[in-house]
Amino acid sequence: MRPILMKGHERPLTFLKYNRDGDLLFSCAKDHNPTVWYGHNGERLGTYRGHNGAVWCCDVSRHSTRLITGSADQSVKLWDVETGTQLHTFNFVSPARAVDFAEGDKLAVISTDPFMESVSAIHIKSVESSGLQQGSIKTFTGPTGRINRVVWGPLNKTIISAGEDTVIRIWDVETGEVIKKTDKENGHSRAITSLSLSADGSHFITGSQDKTAKLWDTRTLTLLKTYSTERPVNAVAISPLMNHVVVGGGQEASQVTTSDRRAGKFEAKFFHKIFCDEIGGVRGHFGPINALAFNPDGRSFSSGGEDGYVRLHHFDPDYYKLQ
Amino acid sequence: MAEVALPYRYDPQPPSPQQQPPRPGLNIDWSQVNLDEIQLPPGEDFGIKSEDEEEEEEIVESESGFGSIIVVDNLPVVEPAKYEKLENVVRKIFGQMGIIRTLFMPKDKATGKTAGFAFIEYSSPQEAHTAREQADGYKLDKSHVFMVRMFDDIDKYMKVPEQWVAPEIKSYVPGENLLEWLMDEKGRDQFVIRFGTETEVCWNDARLLKAETAYHRSFWTESFVQWSPLGTYLATIHRQGAVIWGGCTNFSRITRFIHQQVRLIDFSPSEKFLVTYSSHEPSNPRETQKVVLNVFDVRSGKSHREFKGSADEFATGGTGGVAGVSWPVFRWSGGRDDKYFARIGKHCISVYETETMGLLDKKSLKVDNVIDFSWSPTDSILALFVPEGNGGNQPARVSLVQIPGREELRQKNLFSVSDCKMYWQSNGDYLAVKVDRYTKTKKSTYTGFELFRIKERDIPIEVLELENKNDKIIAFAWEPKGHRFAIIHGDGPRPDVTFYSMKSPNNVDRVTKLATLKGKQANALYWSPAGRFIVLAGLKAYNGQLEFYNVDDLETMATAEHFMATDVDWDPAGRYVATSVTSVHQMENGFIIWSFHGKLIYKVSRDRFFQFLWRPRPPSLLSSEEEAEIFRNLKQYSKRYDQEDIESSRFHSTQELEQRRKLIEEWNGWLSSWKQMHEADKPYRQELRDGEPSDDEQEYEDEEVEIEEVIDVEEIKEEDLEA
Repeated sequence: MRPILMKGHERPLTFLKYNRDGDLLFSCAKDHNPTVWYGHNGERLGTYRGHNGAVWCCDVSRHSTRLITGSADQSVKLWDVETGTQLHTFNFVSPARAVDFAEGDKLAVISTDPFMESVSAIHIKSVESSGLQQGSIKTFTGPTGRINRVVWGPLNKTIISAGEDTVIRIWDVETGEVIKKTDKENGHSRAITSLSLSADGSHFITGSQDKTAKLWDTRTLTLLKTYSTERPVNAVAISPLMNHVVVGGGQEASQVTTSDRRAGKFEAKFFHKIFCDEIGGVRGHFGPINALAFNPDGRSFSSGGEDGYVRLHHFDPDYYKLQ
Repeated sequence: MAEVALPYRYDPQPPSPQQQPPRPGLNIDWSQVNLDEIQLPPGEDFGIKSEDEEEEEEIVESESGFGSIIVVDNLPVVEPAKYEKLENVVRKIFGQMGIIRTLFMPKDKATGKTAGFAFIEYSSPQEAHTAREQADGYKLDKSHVFMVRMFDDIDKYMKVPEQWVAPEIKSYVPGENLLEWLMDEKGRDQFVIRFGTETEVCWNDARLLKAETAYHRSFWTESFVQWSPLGTYLATIHRQGAVIWGGCTNFSRITRFIHQQVRLIDFSPSEKFLVTYSSHEPSNPRETQKVVLNVFDVRSGKSHREFKGSADEFATGGTGGVAGVSWPVFRWSGGRDDKYFARIGKHCISVYETETMGLLDKKSLKVDNVIDFSWSPTDSILALFVPEGNGGNQPARVSLVQIPGREELRQKNLFSVSDCKMYWQSNGDYLAVKVDRYTKTKKSTYTGFELFRIKERDIPIEVLELENKNDKIIAFAWEPKGHRFAIIHGDGPRPDVTFYSMKSPNNVDRVTKLATLKGKQANALYWSPAGRFIVLAGLKAYNGQLEFYNVDDLETMATAEHFMATDVDWDPAGRYVATSVTSVHQMENGFIIWSFHGKLIYKVSRDRFFQFLWRPRPPSLLSSEEEAEIFRNLKQYSKRYDQEDIESSRFHSTQELEQRRKLIEEWNGWLSSWKQMHEADKPYRQELRDGEPSDDEQEYEDEEVEIEEVIDVEEIKEEDLEA
């Protein structure tokens, strides 16, 4: 498996997202320009210019027509995927951390950081072409610290959030109440850095600085599995094809230079989803891995690192024989 | 009135990072906090589990809360007019020993005169203690000699009953078998690990490729744990002293050794005695640190002798210096009977007898300028090193002294020596002395070895020099119970490893070189306790390179790497090797168990990993003939064990498969129930997408279409056909 090195960003990667067909890969980085690439060969298609700060997260609509990006410049922008034109800008008073389109692409959920006076919040916005406006349909607050990921639950009835306060919460969208949340026993012990849903949305995986990744039931928030590694986890993804999960991370970037390159463990590690055994690892980055995504066909995955590279890996035929 | 003193007193020494890892998120600069001032309400432990409830109670008794108050008797009785003057005098005298919080001199109500005694409260119990020690017997004048007592003591002695009551004789309770762990059916070894706040004793179950926990306890020790040399006890360290535990799968407390703020402990080789050590910051900064050592009897828990002194007294010689004493202070003579222990002093070596706990023959062994000594591991022979004296006029020397006779068995003078190190072979057969000598220019040093054959007549000495004189010696190690040794030497980043034997093929006893391995990434040597095999380890700068080497056949069995490994430990039987990464590194913490020939058996990751210690085994009860017998019939035994191995691994693999099957079933069950719900939701999902078909169905289908196309038309005349 020879990876394709995609050099387009000048700053550390923050997020990667494939579209539904898997032919496009969207990447966000701390430079200001989200980029789109061909999913199979890593050729760069174009960038979306307009943000004025690090871009933390993005999502693409079901038909790959629209892209939503959340940025540290305190705005969330809606783009036309094909032309790269800005369709709309939502402005906030603090950096936007996570974004996610709802089923049907009429709504989007956005999390914003605590900043100056304002606390961290989860906003629901209408993103229908006809209903584009500044106001939020709903805003939830409560968690302390940054909310690093928000995603929609089944049928847009719930929202799952996770972040620095180590708690995973499931919110009722109608009432804004927290229906379920993780407790000390099951939950993570340090900040949750990433969250990724399975292809069918039945379960999701969270990665945390406590050096573990955990698999949860989307409806009941029961802990299904725990994967332990030796390093803080920054990125997680679930294979849509095999019973595998991939976990990436590494030593904090500020400490990387103090030790051997291998000490950081900048590997993408594969675990068996059900047995929780480590199956293998993919090396290559020379900084912590910040983002991971599987192609929806499960035949390739890409990783984005603190080193500014995106590495696109197509699996060898042997991989599919792994059980 | 004094504040109520605490049942639980915090260690005033700032805890070393290893003992008390930083707690994340509290943002407290612990160096700024005087833990002594924290006063917990009595009876409240804030959920902090303590393993030694009973000991706490004892402390409560000893510190009733008036610990910083002293009573001064025999003061002059004065008129009320002179009260103030007397008070000033008393203040002046007692103010020297600490800060006086309150001074109270009771008066006789009838006469108004002072009653002749006073209560003085200091700001700390330590100050009160110094005052008691220093001011007791102070002569104010001829008729007024102060008598100073602790307030608590008066209380205590008031309570002594008049009538003597015979102590109750406790009936004998049979203890548990402390050697039960040696009778494990599978012949496994135990080890103890410490990580975070947890301590675990595990079986090394190599057949099942895992460590089986035998005993687990949180907050078991406050700094470290240590096995006794024969593996009978496990010692834990607490503020109030050391505790030893014994057992196999359940550890029960056997004896406590009361020694406040104990820092270090050391067992005698046969586990009869335990030496504990503590150092205390002086109350007066001009004084040096105070050191307290206790020699306890392991079985009774009674201290047989206490040594007190300043740190300087105990730090003479070798490696001591500013940092503190070199541990162990007392070194035990070899052999099974724990007969002597010795420590080095200024120009002398003090040898103590355990029988009397006093100096052997009531006087120390006088050796001018001695800086290092060591005992033979098996006999009571001392090896001493004396450096050059008199500005080089007196040569340095190494001498062997027999105890208790103090006869010098052998002596060797050495010239232009810069440093010297002694290595005993484990049977006491040989002694290797590594000598660093100055070159003629005195600008650099080179190294050679003096090899003593202790067991031979007249103790012949042989000199071994390296082929390349510039090579630095990085490590030296004797083969346990054997006649070989290994040296890592070299000047560059990839040193060489050389093996020597004290025997030579033609039966003349001469040192012979066996082999040199060039350019190894190694800086430490770990012989198997059974000899024959050795691990060449590259720790620290080499990031944990390991080479498993067979010295009998002079071949490498395996090379491996345990990235960032800090420690290598052989199990006592020489079957397995553990390599661990302890919390000196942030990442990778945990340990790996290898077979003796370098096959990775299993790996365990533990965050904040502090200690890995194999449980030592007592020496074999078989005679060497019996052992040879077993060795001869090894094939028969191995057949039986191979069979067991196969069975157990088969059992293990079927079990594993079963387990996996179960997990998959569980998962599939969960998934199918989820799918049902998901299916039920389908119409709603479609609705959300404005009727667009849902989920898994392809929005476009593959269709095979056959298309016929006319490519070319050619006219063929009928005539041609016919023709």
